[in-house]
Amino acid sequence: MNNNENTSPNKAPTHKSKSDPIVEVSGLCKWFGDFCALFDINFSVNFGEKIVICGPSGSGKSTLIRCLNQLEEHQIGTIRIDGKEVKPGMKNIEEIRREVGMVFQSFNLFPHLSVLDNLTIGPIRNRGMNKNDASEMAMELLDRVHISEQANKFPMQLSGGQQQRVAIARALCMKPKLMLFDEPTSALDPEMISGVLDVMVELAEGGMTMICVTHEMGFARQVGDRVIFMDDAEIVETSDPETFFSNPETDRAKLFLSQLLSH
Amino acid sequence: MDRNSPPPPLRKRRITYVDLVLIGLVVAMIAYAVYRVNDVLVYNWNWDRVFSFILRYDEETDRWVTNLLVQGLLTTLRLAIWSTILATIIGVIMGYWRRCNNLSLRIISRAYVELIRNIPPIVFIFIFYFFISSQIFPMIGLSNLRHDSPYMDNALFRILFGDPRLFENFIAGMICLAVFEGAYITEIVRAGIQSIGKGQWEAGRAIGLSHFNILRDVILPQAIRKILPPLAGQFITLIKDSAIVSLISIQELTFLATEVAATTTKVFETWILVGAMYFVLCYFFAYVFGKLEQRSARSNG
Repeated sequence: MNNNENTSPNKAPTHKSKSDPIVEVSGLCKWFGDFCALFDINFSVNFGEKIVICGPSGSGKSTLIRCLNQLEEHQIGTIRIDGKEVKPGMKNIEEIRREVGMVFQSFNLFPHLSVLDNLTIGPIRNRGMNKNDASEMAMELLDRVHISEQANKFPMQLSGGQQQRVAIARALCMKPKLMLFDEPTSALDPEMISGVLDVMVELAEGGMTMICVTHEMGFARQVGDRVIFMDDAEIVETSDPETFFSNPETDRAKLFLSQLLSH
Repeated sequence: MDRNSPPPPLRKRRITYVDLVLIGLVVAMIAYAVYRVNDVLVYNWNWDRVFSFILRYDEETDRWVTNLLVQGLLTTLRLAIWSTILATIIGVIMGYWRRCNNLSLRIISRAYVELIRNIPPIVFIFIFYFFISSQIFPMIGLSNLRHDSPYMDNALFRILFGDPRLFENFIAGMICLAVFEGAYITEIVRAGIQSIGKGQWEAGRAIGLSHFNILRDVILPQAIRKILPPLAGQFITLIKDSAIVSLISIQELTFLATEVAATTTKVFETWILVGAMYFVLCYFFAYVFGKLEQRSARSNG
């Protein structure tokens, strides 16, 4: 056993290759009151992988990714991010959150701060970066999400699609190793969706590790390495996107896809 | 007709018979009140006597100088401003405690709010005044201040706190009012913090901000913007509530008016005048705050 370094996951990894898991979840369970939101969830994500999570509403998709950065506390099971165990109520959870970017369905930009300040507040407060360096980095990121000309506006002055791109840039500002997307396009008007998806595709092509809760099948097919299908608090099916969308194994996945396509 | 032609006028609001009857009734009631006072009570109006307590002609220096009632008004204004500042500090701390995770802090702030909101202000002021004047002042060394020291006997001090000889008296009134109004501001702050959506906390957490940083950089700036209108309203309430500290001999407008009414025996004139002074003061602030609110609403789009 001791001749193989890959078999000792308890040690924090000193170097990373494509095959090292950045997220390891085992036996994860979560209840809201008496309602079971997650039951015995097991999966792992390697560096650079793009995972798409889909499933009917209320199936626990959002809860799952919110457990990864402890916006929700789980009761049972272990979560490791980059080798470090994430425990409910842990003291230095901020250090893990700084490595994990998150994009919300409802953007959640800070409305009292300009677009630029929305981006720089994290690096300035968390990394002690000075304002000029932070602004420079923020402008580069805004350029990457094609919105640098709006840097001095306030979130309310932007369209939903623009706000979501700012939110992506804000998450990237912390230079995360992993990005979580919680239905990033569900609150957008149809004509705004493609701009946000384009940014996400570019991000994926740049090698970012991503876990996306989304029903955008085109996006899932284009960038997804694996699709995780959840229903009723459990992972029902895991497969590559092509197989999942064209030839799902389980009846529950078939039912879900038929409902998704029929509207 | 085309879309660029001037739009036809909307229906106009006219004065109706109901309005005329109501206005007539109000005029009749005022006239009856004046009749009762003048002809039935045979009240002898003497406004000049009372006006002299606002402005007085000083024969020695050959100038008009302000008299008791103006000094009282200024003391009331100073009391209101300082108490509001102190009460806001208390309110922000207690308001945060109302919602924080620490049980004992929640209990302390809840007890503070409920205690003060369920005791008549006058009773509270009597109890609390006895406490601060007998316990707190000796403790912080306020009971043996030298009023003639250059730190106290200067123009700036007089503008900020009034007469140095009445400083302890002023501070006692200010603390009483601040602790009292702080309970109401606590509830305003709590509501303000609660009105900021969960998503703002989550967004702050997601980029790894500490609890304190989220509160300071994300939640409070937004909450304070939202609570400015009710806070301004509370300031005006505080101006009116400040009249109760006259009962512990704080020399503000109501206290001095009591003395003027007693020495002149012109009760009606004094209190009508004092009421008018309060009205002008409060209405002025309400008007200014209203304008500021309109402006900030415009600038926020």
